[in-house]
Order: sequence, then structure tokens, then C-alpha cells
Amino acid sequence: MQSGFSWRVAVFLLPALCIYALFSAFPLLDTLRLGLYTANENGVRSFAGMDNYITILQDPQWSHAFWNAMANNLKFFGIHMVFQNPIGLLLAALLSLKNVRFSATYRTIFFLPTLLSVVIIGFIWQLILSPLWGVSERLLGLLGLGDWFEPWLGLESSALFTVSLMSVWQYIGIPMMLIYAALIAIPEDIVEAALVEGATPWRIFWFIRLPLILPTLGLVTILTFVANFNAFDLIYTVKGAMAGPNYSTDILGTLFYRTFFGYQSQVASPTMGAAVATIMFLVILCGVAGYFLAVQRRLQRFAL
Amino acid sequence: MHRTSHLIRPRFDTSRVFVHATLIAYLLLALLPVLLVLMNSFKSRDAIFNDPLAWPTTDTFSLIGYTKVLGRSDVMHYFGNSFAVTVASLFFILLFGAMAAWALTEYRFTGNRWLKFFFAFGIMVPIRLGTVSILQLMVELQLVNTLTALVLVYVAQGLPLAVMILSEFMAQVPSELKDAARCDGVDEFRIFFKVVVPLVRPAIATVAVFTMVPIWNDLWFPLILAPSEKTQTITLGIQQFVGQYATDWNAVLASLSLAIVPVVSLYAIFSRQLIRGITAGAVK
Repeated sequence: MQSGFSWRVAVFLLPALCIYALFSAFPLLDTLRLGLYTANENGVRSFAGMDNYITILQDPQWSHAFWNAMANNLKFFGIHMVFQNPIGLLLAALLSLKNVRFSATYRTIFFLPTLLSVVIIGFIWQLILSPLWGVSERLLGLLGLGDWFEPWLGLESSALFTVSLMSVWQYIGIPMMLIYAALIAIPEDIVEAALVEGATPWRIFWFIRLPLILPTLGLVTILTFVANFNAFDLIYTVKGAMAGPNYSTDILGTLFYRTFFGYQSQVASPTMGAAVATIMFLVILCGVAGYFLAVQRRLQRFAL
Repeated sequence: MHRTSHLIRPRFDTSRVFVHATLIAYLLLALLPVLLVLMNSFKSRDAIFNDPLAWPTTDTFSLIGYTKVLGRSDVMHYFGNSFAVTVASLFFILLFGAMAAWALTEYRFTGNRWLKFFFAFGIMVPIRLGTVSILQLMVELQLVNTLTALVLVYVAQGLPLAVMILSEFMAQVPSELKDAARCDGVDEFRIFFKVVVPLVRPAIATVAVFTMVPIWNDLWFPLILAPSEKTQTITLGIQQFVGQYATDWNAVLASLSLAIVPVVSLYAIFSRQLIRGITAGAVK
């Protein structure tokens, strides 16, 4: 490492620093500030303190929509944690077994949906689930479950669950790859020693491999959390900005979009939108902070 | 589950069957939806509805969807926009990201650690949350409905990860190489471009693949910063096209297939790089 700050360092550093500061860091801070303002009909802004937040949390019209979106977002995250990450773990565990033929092919194809645009994924599944086309009904019929079919995406009771599973289907490649990488990084002699001691593969997985990849599982959890509480595209593509039916698929991202741009009778409000974005920011920040505290603790425990 | 032998002596047994049955089941689940769209896009309208699960035959084969979609000149225009935005963003992310990573790993100066943290912060916090202010800024700079606006935002979004990954790799460049060049009086800029950049080329390729996909697929910023007919990207174009023509199934299936093809071909070329990047990054 060279010491001292010279004009060369500045030349190397400035382009990245300027663009990142101007178009990422500054807008973020400015959004936090804007959430404290309000605008009248002429667009003149005035400082309003916590008014926007009080409105969101206390005005029945706003608080209902907000808590609905928050609850849906938590469910969205919960469904990812229950389906995406365990299935990703299962696939990674199977792929990392020794002598599994075609494992590279499996891996490549499992990761493919992750690369496709959410817009494509959304429409593909919409077509497949459409009662008009009848593909899912026919497929269920092949399994003798034809009577089970319902227009899941259109029902208030099942729309959120269905959309969440589409998202799970798309993004399962990420936890799978991260966990797979952690599993193959485990030193072979640890596992062999256990085998010699007579441990079954099942016990080796639960008592040796799984504890060793806990940090990766933590990373997967926080990545899922940030992605889920920032999600928007899939719901917008499949259910539109209104996140129907009757807001049953509304999450914070779609609420933010509607608040910022307006819809039907609701007027667009950048300041209110900034307030919603600030709340999303705080939620994500809490998640990230919680993750670092938990991981820090765990590392300390391992050190003992 | 309690048979250990297969780990030592691979042979045909129940657990091996279970492993492959599970993997194949998931393979079908991952692949069938995409296949279903691709194969129906080559069928006539009647055939799409009458037997959606059948392959196109000589009777049912039809390119009507593709002629309809490609007949609209704007589709190629949208592809061009996406291509321009993605390539320009990648170029600046890689160039500026590599330069910043080099400055942060090679030179010791006050604020170095603080700057690293500043960049690292952007990895976890989505830039989308600053949209209100980004739009305002673009209005003031008169960049709304330009591709430049998108490039600026994507460069800002891509830099944190690029700086982090490239720093890791640049820290591993042997100091003998740099010192030898310095002794010969080679300028710092030449050292960077002639010695360091070629050495970290694999890392640059990995960052490129990682960064490219979210930019190509993004819907949010094109929708907000550049929704005009002239500046639409392919992702936004497909979103609006399929929304408007939802009843013309031939056109919908053809446009979805067209949107899938570039990404799948790129993946076919770069999948090894991408997978190696993820696995290497995660081990560290």
C-alpha cells in the first residue's frame, strides 16, 4: 500500500464517488428529508415535521392501507422463508453429494428462472394459471386432482400466496447457489472422519454440514429480507398498481408506487411517497442491523 | 436414509434413486413453464387453446405471433434501447468501479476506511428507496425520458458491489509486479491499466455478468424515469405490450419468447463464469 493522498488517488476515486454520491447516497438522504415536508395544491413545500408519519399511522384511510401492505409484506417474506430457502437448501444438499451425475446441468437449469425478467415470469405464470387456457386444470387432471383447480390468482384468499410462490419459483436459484458454495467449501476430512466414526449421511448433514453453513443461512435470510421488502415488479406485472383483488396482494413497494404517483381518486404526493420510502428504509435497516448483531453474537460464541 | 454405503461405494440403491427423482422433479418444475411458452408460441391460435400441452406439428405450426410482433418496428427499437443502456452502464460501472477499487486498496489516505464503508452501505440499501428524489433531480437536470438518466442510476446502483468484489481481487495482486514497474519509473495510471486491470480480468468478467442481469431486467426505473415511446426498454415494452394485447395469445406468447431468448443465450455463454463467480464469492 502506498501512503499519502495525492491527486492520482483523487482521479481514480472521483468518478465513482461522484456518481454514487449524487445518484444514490444523496437521493436516499434527500428522500428521508422530504418525508418531513408537505406540499399544498400549488406544489409549494413546507416543513411538516412528523405529520406525514402521523397521517400514515393514524388516519384510518392511510393506516388501514399501510398495515395491510406491511402484513402482506411480512407474509410474502414468511412464504419465502418457508418455501424458497428450505427447498434451496434441499437442492443444494443433493447437488453437493458426491458422485451425483449431471449435477452441473441441474445447477445450471435450476438457476435459469432467476435470470429471466420478472415481467416474463409474471406473464408465464399468469398464462399457466389462467382458467381460460386451462393448462393447470389439465395438469392437475393428469394427477387426478382436476377438481382442486381454482383461479388462485383472482381470489382474495389465495392471490398473495400464489404470487409469493411465483417469486419463490423464480429466485430459488440464489439461496441454492450460495448454500451449495458453502457446502462444497466444507473440508472433506471433517466429513470423512465422521464417516469413519460410523455416522450416517443423515446425521452428518444435521450435525456437521448444517452447523458449518449457519453463517450462509444467515446471509440468505437477510438477502431474502431486503429483496422482499423492496419487491415491486412482480406484483405490478401480475396484479397492477392496485394490487388486487381488493388490495390482497398489496405490499410496501406497490403502496409506495401508488402514493408517489397517485391512482384513481388518490392524488400523487411525492412527500407522502418519501415518507413511505423512509418507513421501508427503516424496516430494511432494522433487518440488516439485526442480522449484523445476530451474526456478530454467533461469531463470538463460535470463538469461545 | 440409514445406509451409508453409497457415499463410499457409489452404486444403484434407494437413496440414489431418491436423489435423482427429487432433482428431476424440480428440473421439470423449473423448465416446463418456459418450455410451454416457447412451444406454444409456434402454434396457431386454435392449437394453443385446443391442446396447450402438445408440441407444434406440421398442421398446427404457425409463425403468426412472431410476424405480428416483429412487424411492429418498435420492438427492435426497445431491444436497441435496452442494449445501449446495459452496455453503457456496464462500461462505466467496470471502469469507475475498478479505478475506485484500486484507489481504495492501493493507497493509504485519511478517510480510506470511511469511504469503503460508504460504498459498502450501498450493497444492502436498495437505490429504489431514493426514487422520489432521483426523479426530482432528473427533472432539474432535464434528463427525464432520456437513456442517460437510466445509465446514471444504474451506474450508481452497480458501483458498490463492483468496488467490493474488485477490491478483494486487487488486494491479491502481488506487490512485486507493481513495485518492479514503479522502480522502472512507470506512471501509476499505466500500472493500473497495463498491469492491474489485465490481472483481474476474470473478476471483471464476473462483475459484468452479475451487474448485467438486473439492469437488463429492471422495470422500476424505466417506468418512472424513461417511459416515453422513444426511450422504452424491452422489459417495459413487453410489460406494456402484453398488458394491452392480453387477448392476442399468439402475439403475447411470441413476445414473451422473444424476450426470453437473449437472456437464455447469454446465460448459455456465461453460465460457467456466473456460477464460478457466485461460488467463489460465497466461499470468501
